[in-house]
Amino acid sequence: MQQFINTALGGLTTGMVYAAFALALVLIWRSTRVVNFAQAPMAMVTTFVALAVIDAGFSYWIGFAVALAAGLVLGAIMERGVMRHVQGKGEINAVILTLGLFIVLHAAAAVVFGNDFRSFPAPFGVRGIEVGGRTVALTGFGIFTIIAVLVVMGLLVALFRFTDLGLRMRAAAFNPEVARLLGVRVPRMMTLGWALASLVGSLAGLLIAGGSLIHPSYMDSVVVLGFVAAVLGGLDSPLGAVVGGLLLGVTLAFVSGYLGSQLVALAALLILMIVLMVRPGGIFSTTAARRV
Amino acid sequence: MSKQPTASRPSPGSTGASRVAELELDRVTVRFGGLVALSDAALTVRPHTVHGVIGPNGAGKTTLFNVACGFVRPDEGQILRRGEHLTRLRPSDLPGLGMARTLQGLGLFDRVTVLDNVMIGADRHARTGFWASALAWPTSGREERALRERALGALAELGIADLAPLVAGSLPYPLRKKVALARALVGEPELLLLDEPASGLAADEIDDLGELVRGLTDRMAVLLVEHHMDLVMRICDDITVLDFGRVIAHGPPEQVRNDPAVLEAYLGEDV
Ligand SMILES: Nc1ncnc2c1ncn2[C@@H]1O[C@H](COP(=O)(O)OP(=O)(O)OP(=O)(O)O)[C@@H](O)[C@H]1O
Ligand SMILES: [Mg+2]
Repeated sequence: MQQFINTALGGLTTGMVYAAFALALVLIWRSTRVVNFAQAPMAMVTTFVALAVIDAGFSYWIGFAVALAAGLVLGAIMERGVMRHVQGKGEINAVILTLGLFIVLHAAAAVVFGNDFRSFPAPFGVRGIEVGGRTVALTGFGIFTIIAVLVVMGLLVALFRFTDLGLRMRAAAFNPEVARLLGVRVPRMMTLGWALASLVGSLAGLLIAGGSLIHPSYMDSVVVLGFVAAVLGGLDSPLGAVVGGLLLGVTLAFVSGYLGSQLVALAALLILMIVLMVRPGGIFSTTAARRV
Repeated sequence: MSKQPTASRPSPGSTGASRVAELELDRVTVRFGGLVALSDAALTVRPHTVHGVIGPNGAGKTTLFNVACGFVRPDEGQILRRGEHLTRLRPSDLPGLGMARTLQGLGLFDRVTVLDNVMIGADRHARTGFWASALAWPTSGREERALRERALGALAELGIADLAPLVAGSLPYPLRKKVALARALVGEPELLLLDEPASGLAADEIDDLGELVRGLTDRMAVLLVEHHMDLVMRICDDITVLDFGRVIAHGPPEQVRNDPAVLEAYLGEDV
């Protein structure tokens, strides 16, 4: 029983990180119809920025805030400086370009920050908390992870649902032509979409890094899992991304805990295949895809 | 011979300001590859009038609208709004220029409520800068409420206020047309462009629409493309007839109706 609870709690915590990463993918997919493979190295770069700030003697929280801000700026720069120039020139071009960025950012990070493993601090304990004399597999940092992701999600929901800016962003994503007619600056909304996505990706990167080692490729395994989580949720739905992330996190925790950790990657791909075959539009697709 | 100033715009505050055309297209030519969609087309929309554009299928009517709202850059010719040249017109400039357009395909956001659909169009008056609204969004509640009020007002004006909370995609076509119209009106444009507003409507709905459009002329000028000849003849002050991208006639309805060139273009149809 205790192992069950511990496994579930561990899965929930990592699921939250997958959810954040999937959310970042969904934000970009919605606003520009691009699957951003460079999401992981972008987050990695901002985590190194945080580490540089912390190494310079500032507190963890300053490093944290600087990394999120760097994520925002990096996302905007990527959209303005790179992605915009291939917009509307074939969807595959943009995706290949993000793959190129993946490699470039990796190489650049190795040059600038070095290719070694370096330890990244955590602001809270990374040992299980005690409940009634027993240690549960929920760490202080785990609780922080869950809360941080929930807060960011809440803010995003509020932005999209309840503000005029969010309404314009949705309009620009769903029908850019009409949105333009109504006075929406569609390119700006795309920049903002990338910036916000990159910020959320940075958060995921910081949460994965906390209390462990970072390296230019420490985020790479999350690319696959975050992508699976996003597809589970249908790629278009932020809520779907979150549920997909949690589902994946918990499932994989059980696979790892009860069947063996070497089966995790296989299980993730199996889940992806089953979902794509049974519900091609994702778990939350409302309209059945119909082919004539 | 008197010296004429070559300035392209009238001096601000000139007494004739109210008679300056809301929109003027001057010798506009648009080519799509080898196809000439518009050829030297010209028209002038006078303030507080309804101006109809008619012509057979493929005559270039929608292309003309696309030029007027910045979707298509003309290969030659000028667009003037109240005498000022619009050289680099972009669609997102329209609200700022006091213009609004409805689309042949409506272009509603189907998965969004009717109210939100209209609120997007209401933005013109709520325009705070990008960064201002990006940074200030938690505190801009009052502005949101003002937007909401105006959107509800526009819906009420068309008698569909009760639809506000419904999802736009779930409504029957005539009601969705009304929502699209409300969205165009909520920005309080001074020039409204309607692409086939009567298509898909029943006879009595068309009558209502005609009355509504006439009623708008005390606040704005209307430029409309329409196949429904009865309606066009009844509500338009001026009509421009296009055929193969050329203007073959223009003038008041009774004059256009009896123009031999128009009769020929519509050979066999009742004009
Ligand atoms: N983007 C485009 N690319 C190529 N050709 C185009 C484009 N848009 C319009 N055309 C062509 O230009 C011509 C004029 O089209 P347009 O849509 O303006 O006609 P219309 O008068 O609105 O017709 P309808 O009454 O059917 O709506 C047509 O031959 C059309 O095929
Ligand atoms: Mg047309």
